[in-house]
Amino acid sequence: MEDLSLHILDIAENSINAGAKNIEIVITDSLSNDLLTIEIKDDGKGIDAEAQQKVMDPFYTTRTTRKVGLGLALLEEAAKDADGQLKLESELGKGTKVYAVFRLSHIDRKPIGNIVDTIVTIIAGNPELNLKFIYKQDDNKFVFDTTEIKNRIGDLEINSIEIIKFIHQYLSENVNKLL
Amino acid sequence: MAKLKIEDLDKITEDVRRKMTIREGGGNVKITVHMGTCGIAAGARTVMSVFLKEIETHNVKDVIITTSGCAGLCSKEPMATVEFGDQAPVKYIELNENKVKKIFDDHVLKGKFVTEYALSIGSERIQ
Repeated sequence: MEDLSLHILDIAENSINAGAKNIEIVITDSLSNDLLTIEIKDDGKGIDAEAQQKVMDPFYTTRTTRKVGLGLALLEEAAKDADGQLKLESELGKGTKVYAVFRLSHIDRKPIGNIVDTIVTIIAGNPELNLKFIYKQDDNKFVFDTTEIKNRIGDLEINSIEIIKFIHQYLSENVNKLL
Repeated sequence: MAKLKIEDLDKITEDVRRKMTIREGGGNVKITVHMGTCGIAAGARTVMSVFLKEIETHNVKDVIITTSGCAGLCSKEPMATVEFGDQAPVKYIELNENKVKKIFDDHVLKGKFVTEYALSIGSERIQ
């Protein structure tokens, strides 16, 4: 994976494959603490305690459900390369939270990359999903919620091209100035 | 141009609704972009973005785009499947921006298979 936005897309796809109806993605970059954190929280079917011990192993996969594969191992490697770590919290039937932390200024920290395309791809491919995306900086906070979009557009599909175009432009204007 | 606000959606929604009464389409073509770890690492998100851009540019209304997981052919990623009307689905492999544009022009818009980029025609089925 070239950048962190691709890791985020990958982990979110795990959530979707685990039957999530709601996903929350929070990126926090803090210059004052020299930390970058990524949190992806879902209400999918969760991972039991036994499987949680194994999901970081790149050679472990629940191939029948395709729920977990290389994705978490790759993200953990990216975090460790940047003096960080990955944490997984999950409860069967409740959901999963993936939390990755990086040293913001670390020379090996991957760039965030095109987070707008990641969010748009998740929405366009999964219109029924409720996705909340929060980008926090020391003094700034941007919140985007597909529930708000859906309330505004009523019976229109969120993945109709006019709405996708709006979301793309809206996110670009608000996120790219923070990056 | 002024910055977009969430409230601007109201006007867009109204415009879309007004046009909807004139045109009735509804999913003649289905595009599935394979979005597994392998696909994402190989460039599936770009494939998705290019398809979305093409749909917007050509202003087509009867194309549904969706994503799926790993298809088990990780070395051939990025991949996408195109289903045009009642025709058999076609799996395209090792995609890039130019291939996607060609597939869009020929297959999505005109129903003509792009055989040189295709892995197979028809969907796998276990008897």
